[in-house]
Amino acid sequence: MSVVAEPEPEADPEADPKAEPESEAQLEARFQAVIARKDRIEPRDWMPDAYRRTLVRQVAQHAHSEIIGMQPEGSWISRAPSLRRKAILLAKVQDEAGHGLYLYSAAETLGVSRQELTEMLISGRQKYSSIFNYPTLSYADMGTIGWLVDGAAICNQVPLCRTSFGPYGRAMIRICKEESFHQRQGYELLATMMRGTDEQRAMVQESVDRFWWPSLMMFGPPDDASPNTAQSMAWGVKTHTNDELRQRFVDMTVPQAAALGVTLPDPDLVWNAERGAHDFGQPDWDELWAVVKGNGPCNTQRVAHRKRAWDEGAWVREAALAFANGTGTGTDDNDNDNDGTEPA
Amino acid sequence: MPDVRTHEPDDHDNAYSGLLVGDARWAFGTDFEDPLAGVDTTVPDGVDPAALATYCLMLGDDALVLSQRLAEWCSNAPDLEEDIALSNIALDLLGQARLLLARAAAADGTQVPTLPAGSPVPDEDRLAFFRDDLRFRNVRLVEIPGGDFAETITRILLFSTWRLALFEELAHSRDAVLAAVAAKAVKELTYHRDFAGRWFLTLARGTDESRRRLLAGLDTLWPYWTELFETHGVERETAEAGVGVDPAGLAADVDVVLDQVLAASGVDRPALPPLAGVQGRKGRDGRHTEVLSRMLAEMQVVARAHPGGHW
Repeated sequence: MSVVAEPEPEADPEADPKAEPESEAQLEARFQAVIARKDRIEPRDWMPDAYRRTLVRQVAQHAHSEIIGMQPEGSWISRAPSLRRKAILLAKVQDEAGHGLYLYSAAETLGVSRQELTEMLISGRQKYSSIFNYPTLSYADMGTIGWLVDGAAICNQVPLCRTSFGPYGRAMIRICKEESFHQRQGYELLATMMRGTDEQRAMVQESVDRFWWPSLMMFGPPDDASPNTAQSMAWGVKTHTNDELRQRFVDMTVPQAAALGVTLPDPDLVWNAERGAHDFGQPDWDELWAVVKGNGPCNTQRVAHRKRAWDEGAWVREAALAFANGTGTGTDDNDNDNDGTEPA
Repeated sequence: MPDVRTHEPDDHDNAYSGLLVGDARWAFGTDFEDPLAGVDTTVPDGVDPAALATYCLMLGDDALVLSQRLAEWCSNAPDLEEDIALSNIALDLLGQARLLLARAAAADGTQVPTLPAGSPVPDEDRLAFFRDDLRFRNVRLVEIPGGDFAETITRILLFSTWRLALFEELAHSRDAVLAAVAAKAVKELTYHRDFAGRWFLTLARGTDESRRRLLAGLDTLWPYWTELFETHGVERETAEAGVGVDPAGLAADVDVVLDQVLAASGVDRPALPPLAGVQGRKGRDGRHTEVLSRMLAEMQVVARAHPGGHW
C-alpha cells in the first residue's frame, strides 16, 4: 500500500511480532478497505487468490499483446519507405518490447516467471489482443495502427494507471506516455501521406477501412456479454465498462478522421445531439469470436513466430545461465591460450 | 461536434488532447526530417567533393546495410533484453547512415539518383532507396545474411571494433561534418563493442553448443575480415586530403583489442584465407555477394513504387 493514505499502525503485522496472525476475514476486510479508498495493493500485501489469478491473467495477456504486437509492425521495418520512417518504426517496435518487459516484471511480482508466461503463450493457454491476428498489408497500416489501434489501446489503458495493483498501475503510467507518442507518430504518418499522391491517399483510406471495425472490437464484447467485467470493476482492476470506453473512442476519433480527410466505414455513424455522443453500428461479433477462438487470419502465424524465436533462443539463454553460474565451458581454470577446441 | 480535447480532469496524459494541435514538433521523428539542418556543409579547401561524397557513401552504406540486417532480429531475439539491444544498435547505425548519406549528397549532388521533377523524396532517401546494388559501397562483411545469434554477435564485435578505431581518427577530420558525425558515433560504437564483447565471452564460455556455434560463426565471417583493412583509392585520396582515414593504418590497434577478447574467450583466430574479389573488385567498388541485391529489393520496394511519395 502506498501513496494515498498512511498505513494504519495497528494493521502492520511487523509492528508487534508477538501479535496473533490475522484471520482470513480480517485480511479480506483490510484488502477491501484499501480497494474502497482507491489505494494500491502491493506485491507483499495479502490479496484474495481470485484477485491474484485475475491480475496474472490480465497482466500476462497485456504483456503478450505487446510482444505479439511487435510482429505486424516489425514486418514492415525492412520495407519502410524512408530512413526517417524506418527509424521511427524500429524505435516504436522496440518500445513495445520494453512494454512487454515492464509488464512481465509486474506479473513476476505476483509469483509467476516470464518463462512460465511465455510458455503459456506459445502453447496457446494464454491469449493476447485479437487485433494482432489481423495482417498488415500496406505501409499505411503503420499509421493506422498508431492512430486507431494504439488510440483504442490508450482508451483502455489510461484508466489502468489508477488500477488497484501497484506494479501494474505504475507500469501503465510509463506505457501510456509512450503509447501516446506512438499514436501521434501514426497520425502524423497518415497526415503526411494524405498530403502526398492520390495512390497514397487511397492507401490510407483502404487501411482505415480495414482497421476500423477490429479497432472497435479491441474494447471487448458488449457489456451484457462480458462475464468478467463486474468482478474486475469491484476489485478496481477495471474502472470503466467495455461499452463506455468504446463510446469514448468513437467520439474522440470522428473529428480526427475529419481533420485527416478519411471516411470511417460505418453508414450508421452519426452525431446524436440528444445523447451528446455518436451513434454507431455494431462490429461483426461473430468475426471477433472466430478470431478469439484462433481462426483469425494470423493467429497460427503469430504464435508460431513467437514459438520459433523462443525455441531458437533457448541455447543462448542456457549459455548465459551457465556463464553466470560459473558452470560454463572452460570457466574452471585460466585456459586462455587453448587451441579453440573444447577446454578440459 | 464534441471538443476532442474534453477529457476527465484526472486522466493521465490524455493522448487525444494534443492530436489536432498544429505543432510540428509534437511527435518523435517529426523534428529530424533533415539530419543536417542548420549545418555548414561547405567542402574544405583542397578536397575533391566527389571523393568526399564517395567516401561518405562507403561509411554510410556500411552502417545502413548492417542496420538493415540487425533490424531483422526485431521480434526474433533470444530474449527481450537482446531484442531491445539489437534494435538499439540498428537504430544507432541507421542514424549514422542518415548523416553520412546526407553529407554525401551535400558534398556532391551528382551522385544522388534523379527522380521525376517535383518528387519530394529527400537526398538521403534517394541514395538509400533509388540506388542499385552495384553503386552501394559497403564492405561485404555487413551484407551477408545474419546467421544465428552467435554469428550476429561476432559480426557486431568485428565491425564495431574496426569502426570504433576508424571513427576515433575520423573525429579529427578536416571536414567538420564528418568530424562531428564521428565524434557522436564513437560513443555509440563503444557501447556496441562492449555489448558484443560481453556476449562473445559469454557464448565462448557458456555451453558446448554456444561455443560450437560461436566458432562456426567466426569461421563464416573471417574470410570477409581482411577487406575492411584494404585501402581503396578513394580512401587513400581522402586520407591524404585530411578528411578520411586509411583503414590499413588501423590494423595494429584493432588487433590489440580483438586479441584481448579472443584470448579471454579462449578462441584462436581462424586460419582461413580472405575472400577474393571479382577481378580484384570488392564491396568498396560496388561488387558484392549475391544477397545484397535481394536485400535491397526488399528494402527499396515501397519507396520505388512511389517515386513521388511523401512520407
